[in-house]
Amino acid sequence: MELVFALVIGALTASGVYLLLRARTFPVVVGLTLISYGVNLFLFSSGRLATGAQPVLGTADGYADPLPQALVLTAIVIGFAMTAFVVVLSLRSLADHDDDHVDGHQESDATHTAQKPEETGK
Amino acid sequence: MSLPLVVLLPFLGAIAAPLFAQGGRTAIAVASSVPALIALAALFPHWETLADGGMVLHTYEWLPAIGLSLSFRLDGLSLLFALLILVIGLLIILYARYYLKEKENVGKFYALLLCFKGSMLGIVLSSNLLLMMIFWELTSLTSFLLISFWTHKQDARRGARMALAVTGGGGLALLAGILILGNIVGSFELDDVLAAGAEIKAHAMYPVALTLVLLGAFTKSAQFPFHFWLPHAMQAPTPVSAYLHSATMVKAGIFLMARLYPALAGTEQWFYMVSFTGMATLLLGAYVAMFKHDLKGLLAYSTVSHLGLITLLFGMGTKLAAVAAVFHVINHAIFKASLFMAAGIIDHETGTRDMRRINGLWRYMPHTATLAMVAASSMAGVPLLNGFLSKEMFFAESLQLNLPGYWAWLPPLVATLAGTFAVAYSARFIHDVFFNGKPVDLPVYPPHEPPRYMKIPVEILVFACIMVGIFPAISVGPLLYAAASATLGGNVPEYHLTIAHGFNLPLLMSFLAFFGGLLMYSQRQRFFDFHARFKEVDEKAVFEAAVLRVEGFANRLTARIENGSLQRYGLLLVLSVIAVAAAPLTNLGVFIGENGLSPVDIPTAIGAGVLILCAILTAVFHRDRFTALVLLSVVGLVVALAFARFSAPDLAMTQLSVEVVTIVLLMLALYYMPSWTPLETATPRRVRDVIIALVAGTGMTLVTLAMLTQPFSSISDFFLDNSKSGGGGTNVVNVILVDFRGFDTLGEITVLAIAALGIYAMLKNTALTPPPGDGQGHGWSRDSHPLMLRLIASPMLPLALMVSAYIFLRGHNLPGGGFIAGLITSVALILQYVASGMIWTQDRVPFKYHSVIGVGLLFAVIAGAGSFAFSYPFLTSTFDYITWPVVGKFEVASALVFDLGVYLTVIGATMLALVSIGRLSPHSAIKSPKEGA
Repeated sequence: MELVFALVIGALTASGVYLLLRARTFPVVVGLTLISYGVNLFLFSSGRLATGAQPVLGTADGYADPLPQALVLTAIVIGFAMTAFVVVLSLRSLADHDDDHVDGHQESDATHTAQKPEETGK
Repeated sequence: MSLPLVVLLPFLGAIAAPLFAQGGRTAIAVASSVPALIALAALFPHWETLADGGMVLHTYEWLPAIGLSLSFRLDGLSLLFALLILVIGLLIILYARYYLKEKENVGKFYALLLCFKGSMLGIVLSSNLLLMMIFWELTSLTSFLLISFWTHKQDARRGARMALAVTGGGGLALLAGILILGNIVGSFELDDVLAAGAEIKAHAMYPVALTLVLLGAFTKSAQFPFHFWLPHAMQAPTPVSAYLHSATMVKAGIFLMARLYPALAGTEQWFYMVSFTGMATLLLGAYVAMFKHDLKGLLAYSTVSHLGLITLLFGMGTKLAAVAAVFHVINHAIFKASLFMAAGIIDHETGTRDMRRINGLWRYMPHTATLAMVAASSMAGVPLLNGFLSKEMFFAESLQLNLPGYWAWLPPLVATLAGTFAVAYSARFIHDVFFNGKPVDLPVYPPHEPPRYMKIPVEILVFACIMVGIFPAISVGPLLYAAASATLGGNVPEYHLTIAHGFNLPLLMSFLAFFGGLLMYSQRQRFFDFHARFKEVDEKAVFEAAVLRVEGFANRLTARIENGSLQRYGLLLVLSVIAVAAAPLTNLGVFIGENGLSPVDIPTAIGAGVLILCAILTAVFHRDRFTALVLLSVVGLVVALAFARFSAPDLAMTQLSVEVVTIVLLMLALYYMPSWTPLETATPRRVRDVIIALVAGTGMTLVTLAMLTQPFSSISDFFLDNSKSGGGGTNVVNVILVDFRGFDTLGEITVLAIAALGIYAMLKNTALTPPPGDGQGHGWSRDSHPLMLRLIASPMLPLALMVSAYIFLRGHNLPGGGFIAGLITSVALILQYVASGMIWTQDRVPFKYHSVIGVGLLFAVIAGAGSFAFSYPFLTSTFDYITWPVVGKFEVASALVFDLGVYLTVIGATMLALVSIGRLSPHSAIKSPKEGA
């Protein structure tokens, strides 16, 4: 069971990281969402895996650890807020640059886009 | 109480003074004098105690854990400096009233001056080294701001920057030195440090601490080779030069040496480092001063030279030398401040400070000329003036140094030589400015005497020069004794303050210096020719070049790391996370802990398989965005199932409803975005990314596996035990959210609200035109609001609202609660938007979502603050059971109000985000059903 669970988290992380490294905003958002699934599952599992032990008093013999559950519950909601924020950020970037590249422009090779040193004001 | 007050008053004055700027220069000058007058009155009653070498100590605790306390100490030494700061400060305020022009920002000037005064008083009155350090840095900062007071002058800005870089850098060294000292002694209190002198000097870290502390002192007091900032600080308005850069701030380093004298002095390292630095500075400053054509430049190098003299005296290590050093601090402050003020007057009245143009001013301003000439004579060490007395003591001490062999000749030689130079540049100051022909091409002609009151500060100081020079024992005797006693820790040697000690060797040296100096001045052209052979190094240019080099390096480094590519930042982030996580993982050894693995049942295995497959497929098919989205939604749903499977019904419900909202959100976003990701990354790069992703995934798998198979203990038993009795609910997760960890939840819904408002703000005035089709040739459906959907959606709303009310109410005892209910309500509302369009729905929503967020947060805060009314801490909850007809016994918890706040905030935030996106395009308005879909 633990191995399967660990593999699930690994698969979510790997897919998420790959998508995070893409050049367009949408895959990056999808990647972030996958990573947040993985992270939520990971945090949740820090209370260990229990079967039929929901932490509602009087409904089971033993109870799963309620604390990680409470933390993950808010994490899920905040994760949604962050996803929405990033999505909107990418929409705004699309509106401003007319392009959905994460760097805000078309060039995917980033090395020759180094910013000029700022004026030092002398 | 009086000591902290003395330090605090100028800062309060700095806040108040600018308010008087409206009333003109006189009003603000009077207002700025008040703190110093009160401070003097507050110090006066302590004199009795201090005169006999006693001290006053006021200590208040601040941060005992790091040894920082608000302790202030008044003894003879700090009194001497405090008087210099306060009295000369008062004269400067009066002087600046006439020096500054009416249109200048006098409010800023006086505020900064008072800030400086407070900081400087803080240095001399602090009895805690860390506290002193804070004021030390404050003087560097205020000095920076005052030098660059005329911000339009490039030289002023550069001079200020150089001063800050040098003194600030020295400040860092000093801080390190103080930390080492505190470490050796075990306390930062001055009393403890001074008492532990022997222990400090015997400690292995003593040379390091000494060097660092001296670095701080030398940079602040412009000692060679850090002297170069001081002449460039002369770009400041002259009151600032007179006050900060001759009388007080540059003496802070001297003060530090005097203050720590019992703790640090008396060793060979001290002797060589301090005395040779002082000697070099003394000679260099005196030599260069002679060749400066700028009036203030001459005075600046003369100041450097005199600071060197004082340093040398401290370095000598004898008690009499220390007395002489303290004496010279007083004398130098008096004559140099008056000279700077005189120079300021001349600058003010002639429009230039170039001594090649200013000549023969005696005819135009005899009054000022007399004052300046007396002060300059004191600087030269002419008898019957105060400068003579301390210089004699210095000459006498230079003869007492026990250097081996011929080296014994060095100090008296250097002293006499420096004295000769001093006479020469003083003679130049007098002769070149007030006589020597006629003025050449003055910007303001003819010059005349300054306003009456501008001369008063100079007159007072010059009067003091004469008084101290003729009646030293009466005028400064007691103060000097008290200060020397405090410096030397009570063991004051016998010394005599008289104008003449009879004919002896020091007097001979004075004669030599005097006539040598006059001779040197008369032959000045030869020296000028000699000096002109050397190429003058412009320290400012050297310094600027060094700064530019550092800046260039920093810019290149920044450009390399921060090149504006988010994609690259993502890569660097992932790589650093892997690197940071990898280090401890290598020590982990086994990945399967003591608990071992448990068996897998078939439904779980199938679920996991689906999840893994869909996650990978999402990545594989990510370029086809709709497909990826569908796969992503499958992943999210299976995650919800996983929560349900592993005993987390609340999480399952939350995940399910969030999943719906997320997918709607991403669909909405895709409406505006291209639905297809172009293939633009080269294959090697994709391979590289796959490898990184696999490494990350493997790492997470191993970490999870290792964690899951370890035994663990949790603090959760507390929550399980107290949920019912303390929180009144059986759903422990919900009780944790709204009760045990209610404050966390409050913070979290606040984040949610901020994110939603951020989204709203980001999209407020943005318009996006969606592409005409889905990118594969298909146009959008013309029936944007299908009849079937609308018919089904309408009755869904009340049903969904009822369900969410049920989920909300039962949340305290069964899976559910504000978060989940809020999401369910949101989903129901979103369905209405999807089915019937933005405008149609928006018309029927009678409130703004901003208000919903606000009301929600308000409920949560009120629920928390309500417990204040019963004198309980924030967010203490209470509950009771009431019996309702029909429903029966029913529990009412105050946490329910809090949960209601959560509920409303979640709805408001979710809806505000989605509606903001939906409203983006003009399209949604056109296709509203009103116009007939």
